[in-house]
Formats: sequence, C-alpha cells, structure tokens
Amino acid sequence: MPHVRFRLNGVEMNIDADLDRSLLDILRGRFGMTGPHFGCGAGECGACNVIVGDRAMSSCDMPLWSVADKDITTLEGLGSANAPHPLQRAFIAEQALQCGYCVSGILMSAAALLKRNPAPSRDEVKEALDRNLCRCGAHNRMVRAVLRAAAEMAAP
Amino acid sequence: MSRPAPSPSAATLPVSLAANPRLSSWLEFSAEGRVTVRPGKVEIGQGIVTALAQIAADELDVDMARIQMVGASTAASPNEGVTSGSLSIQQSGRALRYVCAEVRQLFLEAAADRLGVERTSLSVEDGTISGPGNVRTSYWELAGDVALERDATPGIVPKPATERRLAGDSVHRIDIPDKVFARPRFIQDVSLPAMLHGRVLRPENSCARLIELNEDGARAVAGLVAIVRDGSFAGVFSETENGAEAALKALRKGATWSEGEILPDENDLAAFLKSQPLESTVISTKPTSTGGDGKRTIRRQYTRPYIAHASIGPSCAMAQWSGDKVHVWTHSQGVYLLRTDLALLLKLPAESITVEHLEGSGCYGHNAADDVALDAVLLAKAAGGRPVRVLWSRADEMSHAPFGAAMAIEIAADLDAGGEVLHWHHQIWSNGHAARPGRAAQPALLAASELANPFPRMISTNPPQASGGGADRNAVPLYDFPSWQIESHRLLTMPVRTSALRTLGAQGNVFAIESFLDEIAAERGEDPLAFRLRLLSDDRARDVIRAAAERAKWKPPQQSGIGHGIGFARYKNMGAYCAAVAEVEIDKDIRVRKLTLAVDVGEAINPDGVINQIEGGAIQATSWVLKERVRFDRQRITSTTWSDYPILRFREVPEVEVELIQRPELDPVGAGEAAHGPVTAAIANAVFDCLGVRIRDLPITRERLIAAMESAP
Repeated sequence: MPHVRFRLNGVEMNIDADLDRSLLDILRGRFGMTGPHFGCGAGECGACNVIVGDRAMSSCDMPLWSVADKDITTLEGLGSANAPHPLQRAFIAEQALQCGYCVSGILMSAAALLKRNPAPSRDEVKEALDRNLCRCGAHNRMVRAVLRAAAEMAAP
Repeated sequence: MSRPAPSPSAATLPVSLAANPRLSSWLEFSAEGRVTVRPGKVEIGQGIVTALAQIAADELDVDMARIQMVGASTAASPNEGVTSGSLSIQQSGRALRYVCAEVRQLFLEAAADRLGVERTSLSVEDGTISGPGNVRTSYWELAGDVALERDATPGIVPKPATERRLAGDSVHRIDIPDKVFARPRFIQDVSLPAMLHGRVLRPENSCARLIELNEDGARAVAGLVAIVRDGSFAGVFSETENGAEAALKALRKGATWSEGEILPDENDLAAFLKSQPLESTVISTKPTSTGGDGKRTIRRQYTRPYIAHASIGPSCAMAQWSGDKVHVWTHSQGVYLLRTDLALLLKLPAESITVEHLEGSGCYGHNAADDVALDAVLLAKAAGGRPVRVLWSRADEMSHAPFGAAMAIEIAADLDAGGEVLHWHHQIWSNGHAARPGRAAQPALLAASELANPFPRMISTNPPQASGGGADRNAVPLYDFPSWQIESHRLLTMPVRTSALRTLGAQGNVFAIESFLDEIAAERGEDPLAFRLRLLSDDRARDVIRAAAERAKWKPPQQSGIGHGIGFARYKNMGAYCAAVAEVEIDKDIRVRKLTLAVDVGEAINPDGVINQIEGGAIQATSWVLKERVRFDRQRITSTTWSDYPILRFREVPEVEVELIQRPELDPVGAGEAAHGPVTAAIANAVFDCLGVRIRDLPITRERLIAAMESAP
C-alpha cells in the first residue's frame, strides 16, 4: 500500500492508503472527522472545503496524492468551544445559518480569506464565498459574520 | 391598533394536545434540576427546537439552560404528524404552552400542600417555588410527587403575553454551537457501532425496470458484505463507505435496464399539464352580488416549472434489525407517518418498528428523507443485525427525490368600463402537491414501487383547503372582488414525481395573482400599491403592505435599468402576512439588488428566528425565480449536478431587509413559507417596471427576457 505524509490540523500524519482516494474520504472514513461534509462529490458545492496550505479547497474531488507534504486544516482545527476562532464566535453572534450543513465549508473559505486579506470588503467576502452553496438563504448573515470576525481580529 | 386575542375555547385543547393528551409524553422533570421536553415536531434547519424550548421555559418559569430538547421518536414522543406547513409554532408550541401551564399549576398545588400555604401565594423562579415567610421548595424536590401520568385538562389558561419573559426574545439557537464547532449533530455525521455503509442503485431513465444484473464486478470489490436485490431494487453494503461506492459503481456497469417511461416536453409544460387526464375541483365560488356587466375580459396564463429541493446534504438514514424488529434513524419530517408506511410495506405491526429523528441538511418539504429510510431498512435486513447507513448520491437527490410540481395558472378577469374587476376566474393545472408517506392505503416510498412485488407509484394529491390546500394553496384571492370562481385541475398521471415543496402551490398562485393585479393596475394607470390597498379591507394585510412600501420608499423615481415591484400574500390565507418590494437591475443580466419585506406572524416567539426564516425564504425564492428549473429530456432528468441545476450564489444574493410587525397578543403562526410567493411576484413586477415587458413563465432568465422583448409589440 502506498504511503503518504501530510500535516492535519498541526499533527504529522503518516498513512498507508490508496493515493487515488479522495481527501474527504480519508478525513471522514479513516480519521472519523465530521467537520468536512459530503455534498456533491464533484467539487461544486463547497460543503467539504478544507484549507490546504493557505487556500480553501474542496476535499471530495482532491486525490490523496495531491496533498503529500501539505498542511491541511479542517473545521476541527479552526477552533473549539473553549478556544473558538473569531469566525466561530461571529457565526454564533450573527446566528449565521439555518440548517448549518454548508457552514463547515463556508467557515473554511472564510478563514482562508481572512488569512490572506484580514480586512476584506463586503464584496470581497462575497467573492471568496461564491463557490460555496447555501440552500437555506443565510448568505447575508454569513457575510456579516465574516466582516464581524475581521473587525474583531483587527481590534487592538 | 390592537384587537383582543382569539381566546381559546375553554372546553377544547390545542389540536396537538388533544391528539396526545398525556402530560408525561411531553415533559419530564428530574431531581437533578432538568426538564426534558419532547415535542413531536422536528428540527429541519428552521430553528424550531429553540423556539419551543423558549415557550416551555417561559411557561414553567425555568431557565432555558435547564431545558433538554429531545428529538422525536415513535418510542416516546407525542405523535404530531408531520413537521410541515409552517405549523410547528402553532401546533407544537401551543400544545407545549398549555402542557407547561398545567404542569406548573400541578407543581404549585403539590407545593402548597407540602408547605401548608395557599397556592395563590406561591411564585416560581427558575423552578424554585417560594411563598410567604420564606418557605420554599422546587420542581426538582417535588418531581417524584407530581404525577404527570394524566391527561391534560381543557380550560387551562396560560400566562398573559405581558408576563412572558422569554417568548418574544431573540434567544440564540441551541443547535448552532455544535454546527460551528464540528460536533457531530447531523445524521450524516452519526456513526453507530459496527455500522456498515450501503448504496442503492437507481436507473437513469425514469421508472426503468432492472432487467438483468451481473454482480461479478461488485463482488470483487474489497470490503463488500452483501448485494441485495428485490425486483428493480438493488443495493450493496460494505465495511467502508469507499468500498460501498466502488461496489455500486461496479454494480451499475453490470445493470441492464428497460427503457422507462416517457417524460413530458420540458419546453411546453403548460400544454402537457392541460392535456392530461384531470380531476377538477371547484375550490371556492363567490357569487356575484352587484350583478355588474363585464365590458371586457382579459385572460393571462402564468407557469412555474418543476423545482428541486436540492438540499446541500444528500438524504441519509440508518437502520438496524433485531429479530423481527427494526430501528430506523431518519431526518424524515414525520416519524410516525414513516413508520406507518414501513409497517405497510414490511407487513409488520407498527410496534415492531421504532423510528427516531436525527437532524439532516436543510429540509424544504417532502424530499428523499423517507425514501432513503426504506432503502436502509431493506439493505439492513440482510446485515445480520448490524446497522446499515445509506447515503444518496447528489445525482439521485436531484433526480429521484420528489419535486415541487410544475403549474399552469390561468386567470380571467371581467372588467367594467372603468377597468374595475367584476369577476375573477382562477384555474390551476398541476400535479398534486402531496404524496407524503403514512396517509394512504399504500406506501409512498420510492423503493416500494421497485420491488419484485411492487406497489404502484402513488400519484400525488392535494390537501383540503381547510388545511391550506395544495395546488390551490393561496389561490383564493384576498382582495375584495365582487365575485370569483377558483378551480383546480389535478393530473391523474405523474411522469415526473411530485410532492410537497415549501409553499406547495402558493408560490405559483401568488405569482399569478400578484402579477395579474399589476397588469390590471398598469392598464388602469394606477399605482400598484394604491390599487392593492384600495382592494384590501384586512387591516393586518394593509399594515404589512404599507410597512414594506414605506421602508422601501415606494415608489422610488424611475431610473433607467432599475425597476421596482411589489407582492403580497397571507400564507395559506390564514397564516403569516407578508409583503415584499423588490428592486431589480437589468443590463446584460437580471439582478435582484434589494428585497424589502414586512411580516406579521402574530406573536413572534423568537423575532430573530422569524427574521432569519423570512430572509432565507426571500433568498430561496429569488433563486427559484431567477435560476431554477428541473431539466429533462424525454427519458430522464438531466439536471443532476449543481452545474445543470444552478442556484443563487453569494455574489448574486440581494440585500434583504425585514420589518417585523409585533403582535404579542395574537396567536403565533409560522414564518417559513410566508416570503416565497410575495418575493416571486415582487421580482416579476419589478422586471415589468424596468423593461415594460411581462414575463409570465418562471424562471425569469435572460433568454426569456430577450424572447419576450422580441415578441413585444
């Protein structure tokens, strides 16, 4: 069985696996993670987004070989109830979801945006989230939440 | 302006409570200071569980933190039918309010006995009961003494609105922290011990039968546990999800299907709908009182296409057999109804089946949740007592789940010499808007029609007007026309599977009525807002329309490339009032820039929850209007991916402002479906305002606009 190494939420991973399997399948099937969600299997909805390096990418259509030696962050690695990421706090403060199934991927797209652009405009937030689908119509709340998190992170 | 609340009849119980009068089925108190609340309605992404917790905490006088909400299960929960129709606050909320009021009273009686004081001298704060001279006890101390194994008493009076502390507050939703901190809460994320992963094979062509199945390829896939086949139903399950996917892929290669059934022409839905065998019903007649003579009749036809539920998460279920008993985990909207269908199909007594709800991805009506539950039950039967989880594919979700029904609506208005409406004739051609499980003599579940001994595919029907109607929902005008005739023609064939999608027929009917009103107003040269207000005598209707118009500064000065339109409805003619003003911008494409809404749901238990539902409804409706249409050729559904079935994206989402008109003294009604009709109409009317051409077929796309402008006189 081929071998692959990557860093997952800051932890070195060294696994044997079929390198053509999708990263999402490994995250959920092998590591039991529930942050990234399966939505379409074709990289079209963003529910499975994770951060690879410094970019948010869909993990359902990402073969394992392509993440060799990369840094991967999932929602589990973003923050926790005890040490929440400003985005997680902001999504609660703005009540920025309805069903919340898409939110795991949207938080990752937003986190990647704030890393490369800590003070995005409203339009830049929309642009960054444009590849994520939300069916419930919580978009405007999510945009507000991302702007709130950015403001909080910028505050001294 | 305030009116007295419609007081509940002293002699009757709220409907859900009358059906489930045992107090202990709703509530349980622990000595450790917790209250377990068991509503029969379920969380489907609308935040209902939080609002119900608020109602219970409020009426009992306990902190929200003490309330533990338990999901519906046929093992223990009251049977509240289905979570649909924006009725959860009305039904479950009302029942809980009365249950909690009575239980509070029972505790006060027990406390008065124990403390030797008058009941009326006692008060409750966070479950602690205290009275004169510092005497005190609590719900928790008395939990063992107060028997809730008794039926609710009619005539209990809950707190007056002025004494409620939590209802009316925008309390934060209790499910959100789990969802942002990646704690498993969705059914798709739940893992059971020794769980197997299943997949079901479905044909591409509509209703094709499985003629031959070569299983060799699938058998060779590592991890495969079994292949199950019963007629045209075939599936696999495996030790791993990856293995199940691979086995399904191999099985698909080995499958030979029949041609299937012919689908209609997607480009001429009205002709198809009008050419089928029909069952016609007169929904409402208002005989003429004035006997005025119509000078002329104008007639318009409006259509909407089939619309997909298209939740972001595909449907999922788990099932586990133990002897001849089965336990099912589902995101169905109705655990008891699903159980009824499973019992019919499995020929088992209902008691042998336990159906338990877990949250799924956003639910907008009767999607594949129930279908996948049967899939899991059928596969798990061969799993030797291990649980099997089945997840549908994106393509199956987009093609095999029921759709919202396509509609053709024709309205004819007789006008007098001054252009006033004398008679209004509204006709609908559509498949039924409901084919939910648990309501017919046969199961409505997809696999039931695929088995070797199949049940016929159930043709969808319409709920009666008393329950809000189906295709005819919101077809009876709210305007003071002197006379009308409303008819519904239900198709008796169903080549494209339909069932309940958010608003049922209301989105189509409100689109038609509000567009047609606009057309008449335009012909008269009358402002559409003034025209509506002149024809409405219901004050609450007038108030939402005025509020939305004022907030949107109706009517902003005409500007090239920009249009404004208005739409209004009272959902189901008996639910929430909602008015919308749309601002669109049209150059190369159509963009909805802004939606301004006003809504009146009576008492708003959680105002932010109501606003969230209205915002979401408005944005989803915008998506339906601008983008959505189930696509098919003559053999199969072709819109099976997000590329073929695009929905509104972040950059296309309009700004949405919502004004909530608070009426704490009036019984609360649901908000989940109030916005779709008004927003649809407002956008169509704004497009007309901008370009002077009327689009009567949804979706309103660039292609449709170009075609309409080319054919305009």
